[in-house]
Amino acid sequence: MTDDDERDRLRAAMQGSGISGPGGGAVMEGIPFCREIGMRLHSAKDSVALLSVPYDERLVGDPQTGVMQGGVITALLDTACGSAVMAAPARLRSTATLDLRIDYMRPAQPGKTVMARAECYRMTRTIGFARAVAYHDAPEDPIASAAATFILDRVAAEAGDD
Amino acid sequence: MTELPSQARAEAERDAALVRLAETVAYVRLLGVRFDRMGDELTARLPFAPHLVGNPFLPAIHGGVTGSFLELTGMMQLAWSVVLADIERGGAAAEAVARGAFAPMPKTIDITIDYLRSGRPRESFARARIQKAGRRVAHVHVEAWQDERARPIAMMRGNFLLPKG
Repeated sequence: MTDDDERDRLRAAMQGSGISGPGGGAVMEGIPFCREIGMRLHSAKDSVALLSVPYDERLVGDPQTGVMQGGVITALLDTACGSAVMAAPARLRSTATLDLRIDYMRPAQPGKTVMARAECYRMTRTIGFARAVAYHDAPEDPIASAAATFILDRVAAEAGDD
Repeated sequence: MTELPSQARAEAERDAALVRLAETVAYVRLLGVRFDRMGDELTARLPFAPHLVGNPFLPAIHGGVTGSFLELTGMMQLAWSVVLADIERGGAAAEAVARGAFAPMPKTIDITIDYLRSGRPRESFARARIQKAGRRVAHVHVEAWQDERARPIAMMRGNFLLPKG
């Protein structure tokens, strides 16, 4: 398998099967855990990714409030930041999270979809820097924010060019 | 020796309380996390399952799953120390635990996760250390590993808001 094939397969996996459903975007079928929690990819281009997780009782962390567990937001923000890195204008084979910092500003509201908007704002030859916010209606009213770094696995030809 | 039966009963009650506490969190069930206890220390276990995969080509466990696992371990260790204190206190507090009426879960304020190694398709373990539990906020460190305790796959430190007691 060539590097290009491998990259295309990973891109396809990150971007899902392309099957659209209720709520817009497409379920990320290529990534088993994302499929399991119904994570959707709405867009990923020019270093910016928009993802969501619809409310689901299986994702609740506190039965007394019905609020989604923080770990779900962690998974969403990690995937959103990774998708933003993969959507940067570079020939990447894959990427892996090095570190992820999340601040939780308020609980998600029961019954509502959580959106995440992530941006890869800087790339070096080996590291991608990304930030993201999770929110319901507007990124200006965040549920949580994230800062993350990713190690980049560049396609060999380009790595040699640098 | 006459103490033994009552001691065994107390241990069984604690085990049952821990199972009830974990069962209240739906997301723990979705991931398949289980908790073992030795004294007041929990060991969280995450058996590998296909739905936890993030990179099907390696394959590797989703970083969000590992992050969730660390966060849940920290949260449960804090919640469990409250439950254990309630059991020890006896009376109404212990009865509430017996009924499964637990205090609200600690809420995550912030977490920082360092990913050290990729999570292979096998069972993961995690333990939390409560570095400080104040009146309102607790600071917790959590480590996750797979085959070797000395080779952690990920580490987390975080601050949690404690329920008003």
